[in-house]
Amino acid sequence: MREFKILVVLFAIVGFTYYGIEPYAHHIMHPEPVEADFNFKDLKDIDSSLKGDAQNGKTLVEANCVACHSIESQGHMPLMDDATNAASYGVVPPDLSTAGNLYNKNYLANFIANPAKAMHLEHKYSETKPFPMPSYNWMTPKEIMDIVAYFESIKAKELTHKESFENACGRCHSMAYAGISAKTPGKVATSHFGSTPPDLSQYIKSRGEHYLHSFINDPQNLLKGTAMPRVGLTQETQEDVIAFMEETGDRKKDERNALGIWVILFFVLMSGLAIAWKREIWKDLH
Amino acid sequence: MAEFNKAENLGEWFDQRLNTKAFWKTMMSEYWIPKDINFLWAMGALLATLFGILLISGIFLLMYYKPDVNLAFDSVNYTIMQEVGYGWLFRHIHAVGASIVFLVIYIHMFTGIYYGSYKKGREMIWISGMIIFMTFSAEGFSGYMLPWGQMSYWAAYVITEIFGGIPFIGGDLVVWIRGNFYVSDATLTRFFMLHVLLLPLGILGAIVFHFYTLRFPHVNNQEGDFFDYEVESKKFLDGNKKESKVINFWPGFLSKDIMVINIFMIFFFYLVFYHYNFAMDPINFDKANGLKTPEHIYPEWYFLWSYEVLRGWFFSIAGISGKDLGLMAFAFANGIFLVMPWLDRSPTVAPANRRPYFKIWFWLLMLDLVILTIFGKLPPTGSNAWVGFFASASFLILFISLPFITNMEAKKAGGKQ
Ligand code: HEC
Ligand code: HEC
Ligand code: HEM
Repeated sequence: MREFKILVVLFAIVGFTYYGIEPYAHHIMHPEPVEADFNFKDLKDIDSSLKGDAQNGKTLVEANCVACHSIESQGHMPLMDDATNAASYGVVPPDLSTAGNLYNKNYLANFIANPAKAMHLEHKYSETKPFPMPSYNWMTPKEIMDIVAYFESIKAKELTHKESFENACGRCHSMAYAGISAKTPGKVATSHFGSTPPDLSQYIKSRGEHYLHSFINDPQNLLKGTAMPRVGLTQETQEDVIAFMEETGDRKKDERNALGIWVILFFVLMSGLAIAWKREIWKDLH
Repeated sequence: MAEFNKAENLGEWFDQRLNTKAFWKTMMSEYWIPKDINFLWAMGALLATLFGILLISGIFLLMYYKPDVNLAFDSVNYTIMQEVGYGWLFRHIHAVGASIVFLVIYIHMFTGIYYGSYKKGREMIWISGMIIFMTFSAEGFSGYMLPWGQMSYWAAYVITEIFGGIPFIGGDLVVWIRGNFYVSDATLTRFFMLHVLLLPLGILGAIVFHFYTLRFPHVNNQEGDFFDYEVESKKFLDGNKKESKVINFWPGFLSKDIMVINIFMIFFFYLVFYHYNFAMDPINFDKANGLKTPEHIYPEWYFLWSYEVLRGWFFSIAGISGKDLGLMAFAFANGIFLVMPWLDRSPTVAPANRRPYFKIWFWLLMLDLVILTIFGKLPPTGSNAWVGFFASASFLILFISLPFITNMEAKKAGGKQ
């Protein structure tokens, strides 16, 4: 009985202290991140009622976009190598073969009309330092929706988690533990953004899934003024990207979860034996 | 040379050469421990076990760890955590073990304080324990630096910076400790040496010494009773085990320790597999970056109370800057437990609940330490800064008043002694 009382007091002190230095301190230091908004409600509806014409979209893309972007699945190869591209634009323009898979449709339409605004980066760019990709706000909503329809028509059947990551983030971020290096060389990126896009190998551990969900959806939620763009991913792609970060950064998670139960059970068994043995010995002592 | 008869069996063979039977008796089967103890007396054996676990997991980590600012982070987070078979397990065990060992050390220390196990002949047990505690603290601090993450770097920066406050030699001392003007490769390699060689060696020696100091005064018991070990052990050996006030170390005492250790391991491995963030701070999975100060810098949880004693003094008093006051309070806090046996002026050895004034003192101290620990982590802004100040001041007042309180208590008990 006395031992039980001691145990209760011990648990109370340790439990209270633990609550203070872990859950409570985290709650104070890291405010709850804003929920991700996959409808991108702040953007106006370019005109989703229009049914885009993929054929016309193709013509528009070939006239306007392939000077900078490759679309390798359609035979448009990059005109310059990554280093030259990076030197010209500050960031390597991404290949657009998978644009139909990655981006929310209305986001993509808004992005074409005004990239910096859709990315929530207007504070970073100005007349003197324009965003590297021009705004196509001179196009009619119909033309923009044609382009969106075109990307939809050429989208890949399925993307692996790795492909999603490479296409959505790979122009800026490396992932050394998966053998991926950023297309844009670090030095160029640093001078272009004013901060370095970090290697993301361990970010699943250092930031955690919860933070990433909010951050990738809109970086300004958590890092006000940051140069990291809102990328405009659909919920599905974003989950794939985070899954890839976990597969790379916490590769042994499944092994850990599976083994833990057995080790714990082993000590439950050992405890049973130890209790029985102690009783046996103490039978003569009490 | 003495005459040797042919041994009947292996046991006898060793006994002839190493006197193992007598050794076993002295160390195990006839080493006497009081019977009136509770599970808190198993903390010592649990600590020895945890130290063993740390040593073994550490040796495995050492096979792949690279003490170099360019390699350290990846050697831990990639090579050990992902490439080496079960490397992640050893790292989790080592990190969680290092954190949890301090919890058990604190339980062990405050058990000693609660039952008055540091006085009347047990002073050397306490002193040797404090030597272990201090070396262990240095071990924890140096180990935390090795993965070379953001918190490794910045905690090392802040803590080494503290020495800069020492008058006259401070500036030079910091450079001497770091091996450079800032925390750098030289700092990492020397803390690596300390962590894997000098400090573990010191701890090992200190543990052996701690065990030796227990030998003559014997372990205390739940009521603080003093009795004649000759008489009680004779009863035991004559078969009156039930009446005897002692039990043998093996198997009596250890059977209970082993029970507690096994039950504890269920909890320990739950933490290792499913709940390790408290010991492996997420921020430390960002590589060290001397140009990017993290928003919140804090040491490992077991240093928070003394860190808060340091931080609590944020304004100057009587012309002494807050920084200097904090430094003095910090030095006081880290040294004061060492002289505990002499601060407690009452000759009574009894559990705190039987000591009218000490009881109050003890629980106030516990409360203060919990507050210091919690506020040591929170950002020191607004009212938090004041809580920190009052908790820090209370800590000093508690220890300064201890001799007077215990003196009064002794006078009150007066004739009854
Ligand atoms: C002058 C070169 C240039 C032209 C022309 C151009 N882009 Fe871009 N585009 C870029 C660059 C550079 C980026 C990367 C910008 C960044 O991430 O900061 C980019 C990024 C993008 C993205 C990625 C958006 C995101 O959220 O990650 C899409 C989609 C895109 N462009 C589509 C188009 C389309 C469609 C056209 C034609 C209508 C086009 N671009 C024309 C240079 C160009
Ligand atoms: C156009 C370049 C660019 C693209 C594309 C990009 N990022 Fe970033 N990212 C950055 C920059 C620049 C930073 C550094 C921000 C800072 O320090 O303020 C950053 C920072 C981050 C961070 C660190 C945030 C923190 O808390 O410090 C994460 C996580 C991240 N990016 C994830 C992603 C993911 C996932 C993707 C793909 C879906 C992505 N980024 C796409 C440029 C980019
Ligand atoms: C790795 C570290 C340590 C180990 C392995 C260890 C081991 C032990 C063991 C086996 C005992 C006897 C059984 C028991 O009472 O638990 C003991 C007793 C004791 N230890 Fe420690 N100890 C450690 C650290 C400390 C520290 C940090 C202190 C405090 C300064 C301390 C103070 C004491 C005291 C006062 C006793 C006597 C308890 C009594 O008489 O009831 N020890 N220790």
